[in-house]
Amino acid sequence: MNVITIKNFRNALVTALWFMFLTFPIMVIKVNTTENLIVWRWHNLLYVGATAFTASLLTALYRQYRDRKRSQQQQEEGTSRVSWNERFFNTPAIARPVCALGALFFLVFPLLFSTYQVNIMTTALMYVVLGLGLNIVVGVAGLLNLGYVAFYAVGAYTYALLNMHYGVGFWVALPLGGIMAALFGILLGFPVLRLRGDYLAIVTLGFGEIILLVLKNWSEFSQGPGGISNISRPGLFNIQLSMEATLNYQYYLTIAMVLLTIFVINRLQNSRIGRALFALREDEIACQAMGIDKTTIKLTAFALGATWAGLAGVFFAAKNAYINPDSFTFLESAMILCIVVLGGMGSILGVIIGALVLILLPEYLRAFSDYRMLAFGAILVSMMIFRPQGIVANIRQSYRSSKDGAP
Amino acid sequence: MNMEPILSVRGLCMDFGGIRALDKLDLRIRAGEIAALIGPNGAGKTTFFNCLTGIYTPTAGELLLAPPGQPSRRLNGLKPNRVTEAGLARTFQNIRLFPGMTVLENVLIGRHCRTKAKILGAILRDPRTRREERENVDIGMALLKKVGLAHMADEVAKNLPYGAQRRLEIARALATEPLLLLLDEPAAGMNPQETQELISLIRSIRAEGLSILLIEHDMKLVMSLSDYIFVVDYGRKIAEGVPEEVRINPVVIKAYLGEEVDYA
Repeated sequence: MNVITIKNFRNALVTALWFMFLTFPIMVIKVNTTENLIVWRWHNLLYVGATAFTASLLTALYRQYRDRKRSQQQQEEGTSRVSWNERFFNTPAIARPVCALGALFFLVFPLLFSTYQVNIMTTALMYVVLGLGLNIVVGVAGLLNLGYVAFYAVGAYTYALLNMHYGVGFWVALPLGGIMAALFGILLGFPVLRLRGDYLAIVTLGFGEIILLVLKNWSEFSQGPGGISNISRPGLFNIQLSMEATLNYQYYLTIAMVLLTIFVINRLQNSRIGRALFALREDEIACQAMGIDKTTIKLTAFALGATWAGLAGVFFAAKNAYINPDSFTFLESAMILCIVVLGGMGSILGVIIGALVLILLPEYLRAFSDYRMLAFGAILVSMMIFRPQGIVANIRQSYRSSKDGAP
Repeated sequence: MNMEPILSVRGLCMDFGGIRALDKLDLRIRAGEIAALIGPNGAGKTTFFNCLTGIYTPTAGELLLAPPGQPSRRLNGLKPNRVTEAGLARTFQNIRLFPGMTVLENVLIGRHCRTKAKILGAILRDPRTRREERENVDIGMALLKKVGLAHMADEVAKNLPYGAQRRLEIARALATEPLLLLLDEPAAGMNPQETQELISLIRSIRAEGLSILLIEHDMKLVMSLSDYIFVVDYGRKIAEGVPEEVRINPVVIKAYLGEEVDYA
């Protein structure tokens, strides 16, 4: 049975006091600068204390419940745990209609909602592509990349500059943006071949900053912080589209892009290359001892991940018709990383859900925009505590032998 | 038995700063034989494995691999993946599986260096890639059957019991189609029954014509399994010979086994 012991109680009390102490400056003191007054909002302290106390007790109860469930499961030996998504995909009666409904929803979305909503959804879908791309690097190959946004910038600026100087259209720039980003991925990959974990993260972070600073300061090349405007939108056989039609067109283009990304990444993950990437994450030394060339496979991971960022970058430049370096700050990288971590490392469905949640929620909860970062932090911390594998845990592929004599 | 050496090691030295971990080691492993490398803790056995598999670059000496019917190849300074491609596959003293991948996937990773599918092939899944993948799965399943893990093919590797993980490591090494299999303490931590299963597994692998070099502390296993034994101490080879010779060699008894040990 769940019991609240004295110890739980004391812990909760200490937690509450800590929270009251930590939030005291922002929650209690309010300085009124016009009248030079300090307002002491003591009632807020009470709320903070009460909330922290209850939350702490609930966490303790949840932990007890979880531990008991685990020990029960250990007793019932042989019943391996099946995650909810595995059950979902293994039950076609549920999975098929749900997938069909989802597809239908995204298909008729522009007919049902305003252009504003369509615009937001297009942005969210672009983050799905970005998340899936970063997922190859971070989720699959296990290389923590904090400068992912640099490749996004490379793609966007490739299109913007080509368009400005040579009038290159969207469809020609799309593959070029991807290739450019892949080259930059390899460029970053070479110096970091020997690095892992935190060290790799720091170098990639620096790489992101370098690209950003170059774009900001090399005005002759990138037009500096002023950015590049009047970028052509994606064309459709030279047909002039109205504003609304353009937005809808962009929406469907992005949908197509997402589908392509899912298709390609799904196939890659379940291939020889994908397995090698997974193996690289699991154990680098064993990976090499099994005949996998570490250099090639790491560069492949960086290049593959960067390609999607480059493609998304071209989309971004075309959609906004204007770009400047401020769209490519570290905050963007952190955001994309959050999508991958929240959704579930290495899981395609997880990343899609993660992107939609993290991009759409702030848009619809504009009223609480002051607390956005607070909520973000809270969500991520609770994810780490309660579900470190992400919303959707990664499922391993099972293979069937062609002459299936095996049980 | 075929008397051609498949692996010749000549004057192998490995220095770590001022410490000479391997000192002019000479070994010859004949094709189709089970050789064992024994020695007290810290004698340099694992260092030797690491030199051989490309994790360390030896300071001096020659490592020559002679595939039957082909000119011999120098292995010094090759990267680990190249050594594996050349035909040496190893297991690790402390198991190094890919814990989050399934049993079959672990074996499929071993197939990596014998297959060719590239990114484009993976995306398009052309007939050649599909055929290659099918063959891989078949080979993988056959290997799993051989080590007795076929029924667990879809299980995640970290959930396997200890002995099964050891056997999976061997299956994974075999998947690289080696000429010489290097086993680093394969019986470490196994109970007597698991050890017995391992002995018959190693024998069945040898029966298929593979050469095996093993490092082992379990004397019973070494004596019953090996055709030839090399003894090293402080990085030097102090004795070699068939088990019966090594067993009674006073130098070995003194250096390695202590004076009072009596093998039952």
